[in-house]
Order: sequence, then C-alpha cells, then structure tokens
Amino acid sequence: MSERFFPDGMPQPLADAISLPFWQAAAEHRLVAQRCTGCGHMRLPPAPICPACRSTASDWKTLSGRGEVYTYTIVHRPLAAGQRLPFAIAVIALEGAGGVRMISNLVQVEPEDVAIGMSVEVIFEDMSLDLALPRFRPSRR
Amino acid sequence: MSRRAHLAGVGETRYARWGKIGDVTEHALALEAIQKAVADAGLSIDDVDGLASFADDRNEAVFLAAELGLPRLRFANMVWMPGGSGACAAVANAAMAVETGQAEVVVVYRSLCQGQFFRFGTGGVDASAPPPPRPPTVQQATSLLLASMGFVLPYGLIMAAAAYALPTRRHMHLYGTTTEHLGRIAVTFREHASRNPRAVMGGKPMTLADHQASPMIADPHRLFDCCLESDGACAVVVTTAERARDLAKRPIEILASEQGAPKGMGFGHFTNANLPDELYATGGGEELARRLFGKAALGPGDVDVAQIYDHFTGCVLLQLEDYGFCKRGEGGPFVESGALAWPDGSLPTNTHGGSLSESYMHGLNHVVEGVRALRGESTCPVEGAEVCLVTSAACTPSSALLLGRR
Repeated sequence: MSERFFPDGMPQPLADAISLPFWQAAAEHRLVAQRCTGCGHMRLPPAPICPACRSTASDWKTLSGRGEVYTYTIVHRPLAAGQRLPFAIAVIALEGAGGVRMISNLVQVEPEDVAIGMSVEVIFEDMSLDLALPRFRPSRR
Repeated sequence: MSRRAHLAGVGETRYARWGKIGDVTEHALALEAIQKAVADAGLSIDDVDGLASFADDRNEAVFLAAELGLPRLRFANMVWMPGGSGACAAVANAAMAVETGQAEVVVVYRSLCQGQFFRFGTGGVDASAPPPPRPPTVQQATSLLLASMGFVLPYGLIMAAAAYALPTRRHMHLYGTTTEHLGRIAVTFREHASRNPRAVMGGKPMTLADHQASPMIADPHRLFDCCLESDGACAVVVTTAERARDLAKRPIEILASEQGAPKGMGFGHFTNANLPDELYATGGGEELARRLFGKAALGPGDVDVAQIYDHFTGCVLLQLEDYGFCKRGEGGPFVESGALAWPDGSLPTNTHGGSLSESYMHGLNHVVEGVRALRGESTCPVEGAEVCLVTSAACTPSSALLLGRR
C-alpha cells in the first residue's frame, strides 16, 4: 500500500442512512452517484428527495471515475500534525454523472501543475477494511 | 408608516485579536455592547423588549434578558443561516418584529471570544490532538450539516479560506481576475482602518507589495486576503419611526431588507460542489440584490457608501458583481480603478476597515458602520451620503440591507 495522503487524525467521512451506500461502494473501489429513478436527475451528496421532480425513488449509478478539474485550491496550512504541504483540494466534474461534481484531493501531481480543465481519474486510498477515500490523479489515458 | 423600522443606536466593546479577551466572558461582552447601543440611542435598558442574533449564537437571548434585568422579553429570535450570512437578516427580523408590533425596541447583538471556545480558522479541528483509535471508519453524522460536511472534511476542506478560494479561483480562470485585484481590496480597507481608532489593524499600514509578500494560506488566498479573527461584541438598536423620532441620534431608516439563498445552495461553497455553473463563480446574491433594490425602488447607482461583507477579498469582488456595481467578470478592473477607496472612489466601501481590518464580528459591525456612515459619524465620512448598502456573507446563503437617511 502506498503512503497515506493525510496523517492519522484527519476527520473521517460522516454518513447517515442516505449517504452510507456511497461509502460502501467506495470501500469496494467503486465511485457512485445517486440517480433519481423518476426523472434520471443525478445528485451528490446523496439526499432523500430528488430536487428536480421530488421523487423519493433512487438508485446508484457506478461512474467511470474520470472527470475534469472544475476549480481547485492549493492549501499551505496544516490541518493535522505531520501533514505534507501544500496539498490540492479540487472540485471534480464527473464524467457520465449528468453534470454532478464532487470535492476531493488531487494526488500524484505537483501543485503548480494543477489547472482548471485538466483530466483526472479516481484512485482509492484504503483507510481500513471498510473505508476507502476516492481521490483523483491526472488521467493516464 | 409610524411603525416603520429604524436603527436608533449602535455600540461596541473594544475589539482585540482573537483570544486576547480572556478575562471577560462572551455573554458579559454582549451585555456591554447592548448597553452601549441602547445608551447611544438615548434609551433605557428598561425600554428593550426584544433581542435578536444569528450564527448559532452561544449567548441565548433568554439568559441575556434575565442578566440585563429586562422588565419583559417579547421577542427573541435567531437567524438560521451559516456564520456571517445572517447579520443583516437578524436586523431584518428585528425590523419585522417592531413593524408588526411583536416588540417595540429590539437589540441585535453579536459577541465573540474565540479564545474561550475554538478558533474559527481551525474549523474546530485540533491539529495537536492525538489521532482517534484506528482503524478509521465511517462515522454517524449527527446533524444535517455534518452529513453534508462528511463529503468534504476527509479531503481537508476545513478552513473557510480554502472553501471560498474555490469560487474565486474559478472567477480568475473565467475572467482573468488577478491576485493584485484581490490585494487592492485588502489595501484599500486597511487604509480606511488607519483612520478608525476601533480598528484592530488600525496602526498597521499595508501596501500591495506587503499583500503579495504575505504567506499563502489557500491559493489564491494569501494571509492578507483573509479576514481577521477577533474578540469583542457589537450591537444595534431597532425601533419604530415613532419611537425613534425623539431619541438622541438621527434615526436611520431600513429602506429594504432581504435574506435567503438561490435554489440548491445549501450551506454554499463549503459543502456544495454542485452549485449551477452560472452561479458558481458568483457570490450567489444576484437575485437577492435585485429583490433588495426593487423593494426600495433604488439601483446600484443610488448607493453612496457600501459596507460589504469581507470574509475574503475574492468574496467582496464577487459581491460587487452580484449587486450590479459592475458587470459580471469586471470586478477586477472595477476595484483596480480605485472605486472602493475613500474619499475619491465611486463607491467608498468598508469605511471602517471591514472584517479584513477593523474587526471580525460576523459582519454586524458593518451594520454599525452603515449607521455611522449615514449619521456622518464615520471616520471616513462620505459627505451627503443618503443611501448605504450593507451585505452579509456571500458564497453562502446571505442577507442585505439598504439603509437610508431621508
């Protein structure tokens, strides 16, 4: 296993019954988005009602894991002791997700090379047997 | 008309760097600010029958009312919006209370003693704390906010400076906005603070070169793009026109107020990566601004002086576009023109120094300064000013006031 992106002590995901399936899929290294089975509208973070058609019916679509950097920030201040600095936080526009974006980290890239529009792909960092965090690296395809 | 809401008094304690007021409790500071604002209005504490606040205030109105010995509490209200979003909304709620006869004299207050609780800039995360027992696992979210934050905290999106860098970085990408544009905002507000004896940073001049040399916090935010974190308290008194007419100071009319959020905003950029594309690189307040000006039958050209919530320089720039002082994307050149500078700019802004240089009171000090600006009491007085715009935090749900001297 590769070196951890953050030291221990960083906040871990917090979930409720609605969002738990996202993290269960992530533990299996699948990136998913919630999809309204009424109108097809996709949403992240997960929510109980479709904001487009107000249906409560939904399922989970497995995404390709590819995407594009929509915006980003390079953080130079430590949040936990022993943290590597600087690190990149980005908003990723996910492919095949109906315009849905998510916040994550960019890894395997120098901060000065990060740019809006760059193609990225998901990689999962295993935190424990039942937790993996999706992060993104520059696309290799 | 006689019940029309007016601002009749303003007051504050001394302001200090965060953690520097350790010997007075936060609620004692609130009481001091309330008493000063009431005295400024020429009223007695016995006249106060309502209290209003915002931002998950720890100092609950019912306790303050008892400590102040209010003869009665008829209205106690807190705004349900994040942090500095609600300062203007709290004033608006106080105005609704007096206009509808729920109360006669409502004091809006904000008190902060960060050293006694936690420092905002850390998001409540203690970097020196021992790590939790392994293995890490998904934890139960105990609130809607935490369920939402649960999708950003594991990626280190904890500091506000990082969250609000996201829309600003995209604005730079779309429109060519530069760090020098942001710096110009910080330098201008520091100059205003240099005339204000209350300002925490009053004695610390800043040049654009100083701004550019300040350490990077969360790109593009340098240290001097970030607001202060302060200890202190301030308060404003809201009452009816009839009651305000014979008081100590010239009453300032609340011409219009608005609060709220566009569709789908949630908590704003902190948790929401999915704001619509047309809203993402904005302060999210365009529609709110239109409603605000519409209510008062005024436009951006009628604003003589503005107090614009400045958590971060970029958010100021986005709001200037939201409120129509320049076109979308032209905020950079607009600030570069010197528009925000007292006395010669077209829109003297944050004449007290703002949250960047006076004090971080979640923007209630911007309402205080709005009143002073129209009374002619500001240390950067805009001659003949009749209309002042005051805004609360942008890139989140927000609120705003148009204040007037007629």
